[in-house]
Amino acid sequence: MSHTTSGQAPRQAQLRSPLGRVRGMGSAKSGAHHWWMQRVTSIALLPLTIWFVLSLATNAGMTHGEVLLWIGSPLNAVLLLALIGLTFHHTASGLQVIIEDYANSEWVKIASILAVKAVCWLLGIAAALAVLRIAV
Amino acid sequence: MATFTLPKNSTITEGKRHGAPSGAKNVKAFRIYRWDPDSGENPRTDTYEIDLDKCGPMVLDALIKIKNEVDSTLTFRRSCREGICGSCSMNIDGLNTLACLKPIEDVKGDVKISPLPHMPVVKDLVPDLSQIYAQLRSVEPWLKSDTPPPPDAERLQSKDERAKLDGLWECILCFCCTTACPSYWWNGDRYLGPAVLLQAYRWIADSRDEAQGERLDALEDPFKLYRCHTIMNCARTCPKGLNPAQAIGEIKQLLAARHG
Repeated sequence: MSHTTSGQAPRQAQLRSPLGRVRGMGSAKSGAHHWWMQRVTSIALLPLTIWFVLSLATNAGMTHGEVLLWIGSPLNAVLLLALIGLTFHHTASGLQVIIEDYANSEWVKIASILAVKAVCWLLGIAAALAVLRIAV
Repeated sequence: MATFTLPKNSTITEGKRHGAPSGAKNVKAFRIYRWDPDSGENPRTDTYEIDLDKCGPMVLDALIKIKNEVDSTLTFRRSCREGICGSCSMNIDGLNTLACLKPIEDVKGDVKISPLPHMPVVKDLVPDLSQIYAQLRSVEPWLKSDTPPPPDAERLQSKDERAKLDGLWECILCFCCTTACPSYWWNGDRYLGPAVLLQAYRWIADSRDEAQGERLDALEDPFKLYRCHTIMNCARTCPKGLNPAQAIGEIKQLLAARHG
């Protein structure tokens, strides 16, 4: 009977050699792009988020019509679309990493990642559509 | 994968207490994790009171004194007792370190000692490291070169090329860092962990090695490499003062760079 200091299943339950188990199916030859896009989106979101928060603060008290005009101006609409796309891309990839870290079974992992991506896609499309309907 | 509670057979009970010898003035209590695979009992914490006036300065000195004079069943790994073999890595006072380099006087209160975290336990303070050894073997930590060495000389490096290995070659493979890493705790079956990735980078950074691309290919994987989230426990715990997270960062940068 084996045990660990933290309760992991004992590895002796498998008779495959440790090296065979560790080599497993080899490397996925991916991950670099995901990691790089997380950095790129987070850096791009820095100025965009500051711009968005400052705009909300300075726009406080605007009438409905004034807000429509503000969103409808080409510069603001483009920046809003960029903010929406990057925010949901960044959210989805960040949540994916957290799920990969903590999900206990492969089935739960795949289902949760797909669900997160679906929700982020739909929210992103809905937000973009809202901007476009006002701006176009 | 994440587990947050201990199974019943891993919960720790209170064990025996070995009192200080009579007349001892400078007494320190060592609370040590004990587990005997043959007993069928749960792990327990035994307490040993030691007279520090009759003990060497390091935690390893106390462990050897306990084994020699108090309880010969206490089981732990040790060899060089000077921080170069990496055998006596264990968790002391909440931090993974080498017992031979950890002064007793640095620990306030009782000295709590347990095996490296989240590893299968062989006995007492001896963890089963076969998984990590296999992971080290899997990154092929040896020179790979198609160009034969000069017939009458060794392979040369410039001073700058050699300097790139500083902070890497000093690793003694005690695995304090890997077993301190939450990502390794949760995903150690696939994530290679800081010690092995530092070793991988030690060969990627070696100017004499000709397999850099092949080595990067083998590491480009969401689990083998990218479970590192720069938590930095590795650098904090390393008894040699190295920074595995920095080596992992260099690997990530090389991978990003080769994608252009």
